[in-house]
Amino acid sequence: MSEMLQENGHYFATHPLSEIELERGERLLYRLTEFGHILWESGIDVGPRKILDLSETLNYIDITNKEDFYHTLKSSLLAHHEQETIFDQLFLYFWYMRDSQDKKADNPKGAAKRDERQMRLPPSERKRLAEHMNANEQQRKDLRAEMRQSERPRRANEQIDKEDDEDDANPQGTAYSAIEMLRRKDFESFTWEEVQEAKKLMAEMRWHLGMRPTHRKAPSRKGSYPDMRRIVRRNLKYGAEILELTWRETKMKPRPVVIICDISGSMSLYSRLLLHFIHTISNGLMNVEAFVFGTRLTRITRQLKKRDVDDAVRDVSKSVQDWSGGTRIGDALHYFNHHWARRVLGRGAVVLVISDGWDRGEASVLQVEMDRLQHSCHRLIWLNPLLGSPDYRPLTIGMKTALPYIDNFLPAHNLDSLIDLGKLLQSIDDSRPMRSAAAQRKAIDGWTKTSAI
Amino acid sequence: MEQEQPLSNYETIEDVQRAMFAQSYIANRSLATAVFLALKRRKPLLLEGEPGVGKTEVAKVLAAMLDTKLIRLQCYEGIDISTAVYEWNYTRQMLHIRLMEAGGINRQEELKEIFGPEFLMKRPLLQAIDAANAKSPVLLIDELDRSDEEFEAYLLELLSDFQITIPEIGTVKAKEPPVVIITSNRTREIHDALRRRCLYYWIDFPTLEKEYSIVLARMPGVPEKLAKQVCAFVRELRSVDLYKAPGVAETLDWISSLLALNQLELVEGPVRDTLGALLKYQDDVLKVGGNDMYKMLQKARGVS
Repeated sequence: MSEMLQENGHYFATHPLSEIELERGERLLYRLTEFGHILWESGIDVGPRKILDLSETLNYIDITNKEDFYHTLKSSLLAHHEQETIFDQLFLYFWYMRDSQDKKADNPKGAAKRDERQMRLPPSERKRLAEHMNANEQQRKDLRAEMRQSERPRRANEQIDKEDDEDDANPQGTAYSAIEMLRRKDFESFTWEEVQEAKKLMAEMRWHLGMRPTHRKAPSRKGSYPDMRRIVRRNLKYGAEILELTWRETKMKPRPVVIICDISGSMSLYSRLLLHFIHTISNGLMNVEAFVFGTRLTRITRQLKKRDVDDAVRDVSKSVQDWSGGTRIGDALHYFNHHWARRVLGRGAVVLVISDGWDRGEASVLQVEMDRLQHSCHRLIWLNPLLGSPDYRPLTIGMKTALPYIDNFLPAHNLDSLIDLGKLLQSIDDSRPMRSAAAQRKAIDGWTKTSAI
Repeated sequence: MEQEQPLSNYETIEDVQRAMFAQSYIANRSLATAVFLALKRRKPLLLEGEPGVGKTEVAKVLAAMLDTKLIRLQCYEGIDISTAVYEWNYTRQMLHIRLMEAGGINRQEELKEIFGPEFLMKRPLLQAIDAANAKSPVLLIDELDRSDEEFEAYLLELLSDFQITIPEIGTVKAKEPPVVIITSNRTREIHDALRRRCLYYWIDFPTLEKEYSIVLARMPGVPEKLAKQVCAFVRELRSVDLYKAPGVAETLDWISSLLALNQLELVEGPVRDTLGALLKYQDDVLKVGGNDMYKMLQKARGVS
């Protein structure tokens, strides 16, 4: 550990890289997210909330001081001693080496593809990382579970100090309180076993989607419309008098649900569990459409129907080329509006958008597309995992742009919030949501204030 | 399918293409092939495509070509058997019961009479397979995507056997199956089971030349210069990323608007004023209305 530090100190002294990250604001946030994603990929637990915390923390230090920057990142993002080595390697690689390689891109040898360059770690580490990347999902999960298993007791102790996670403080609870605990725990800090447990819990829940009246009518004992065909038949025996009345009533059907998931970088964990959730509530019904996006939109409805959700999500992440390339929500919605909206948004659909709202695209595009999306569906619900954190405020440009066009803004960071979502879906009725300018302002005020406390 | 006397004397694809042309419908060879097959094999033809590319028109033209009736069933959400297939005329039934009661006819007779053909109101689907038809009609099931899944499932049965069972009367079967054209705008996916029973054809936007000939065929009096410029301009429009690209119907509509304003070629002012005939969304009008439109106009004028 101390060796490593010295080494790094030495490195800092001999390489006064001037241009490293004098970037601030959005750009820095983006880089941090990217870094967080690389860590996540390598098995270090970094979710969006941690990154957001970190960006807050960075306000208190002088980020032009490389050493301070390094230590702040390390202390904010790392929770386990065992992971220090890989963290250090990734840190050096991400914040120093990758950039200097980018600079060399002019010479023909350095003109290798960006993807290849990303893999250029020191040989030993490169091998390890490659092994890790190539390991199939199961192995990787096992590895991660193993890592956590050994560290769990210590971790539980550590978390006693954290005041916002009071539920985790009791490792010897009863089975009931264990479930309670799980329900309130942020997905971000779930272990592999807990994810499995959560999936099981979800499978046990029973939901009903909100119903909509169709234009068809079915015979019923009481109803609003006379069923003439049956009336004539029934009353034949009385001659010309009509003595028995039969009725028809409007048929009800569950509303179609369209779910648009952000799977870029740190959102992937949330989206994965949400897809599970959606899979559960739809019970394999025909009327759930699912799409995922990073920078491009992909329809995964068919995969979702045929196979295990895990498989489907993995397939999608394979086919999406630009995993850590940032999110372009506006472009994804543009594509959705132009190519899919007319096909899947008929019949009073409810749309769920799941994203943390860190948009790399242009705000104007997002605005136009959100407007259109809201007007072509019955209800537009935005789920943001970050909203679960008490000090989160929807102030990123993407989120700010989208807010005026959202009917419901909900967290989706733990099982409890999913249960709330289920209740909301169940309660959606025929009435149109309030979409006047005044109602919008009020709603936005509410969302920004409650989280500002 | 059993051999029946041919309804059409169209022996080759060219014949069909020519016949459609005679009805001022300019069909690709591929579309003509699909129509030809639909006639020969008596399979329903499922047409999909953007709105306004002439899907419904195919059925109308076919009816004219074959010199037969066109029976049109416009689908909508909630369409059911009583509006699509048949319904009993309840008022008449009630009156008849009263009359019979006065005359004292027994119950068995009564039942038979009350549910006899004269009290049946035939809706489009039943009309289409009515054995009384001298010549099998063209049945157009328009915008099937608007109907519910339940209705689609009912159609499955009808389209495979061309027969309808009315419990009180029995089975009605067509002497010769009708020519069935189904159209869809894809606001909902048509189920695979139905697709399997149909021939499928996707009508695309026409090429520049084709659209030009369509315009000339449909509007014989139009000045050539205007027609050419309009087609070129519309083609430019379709290459822009619009929410709703203009179809052929819009092109024709626009030309009539321009003619009503006595335009002989495209000039910026009138074009801007009549853009509403082509573009149906404010966003699209705004997108095109700026500098782009000027460029597009220049390009369109350059053609002539």
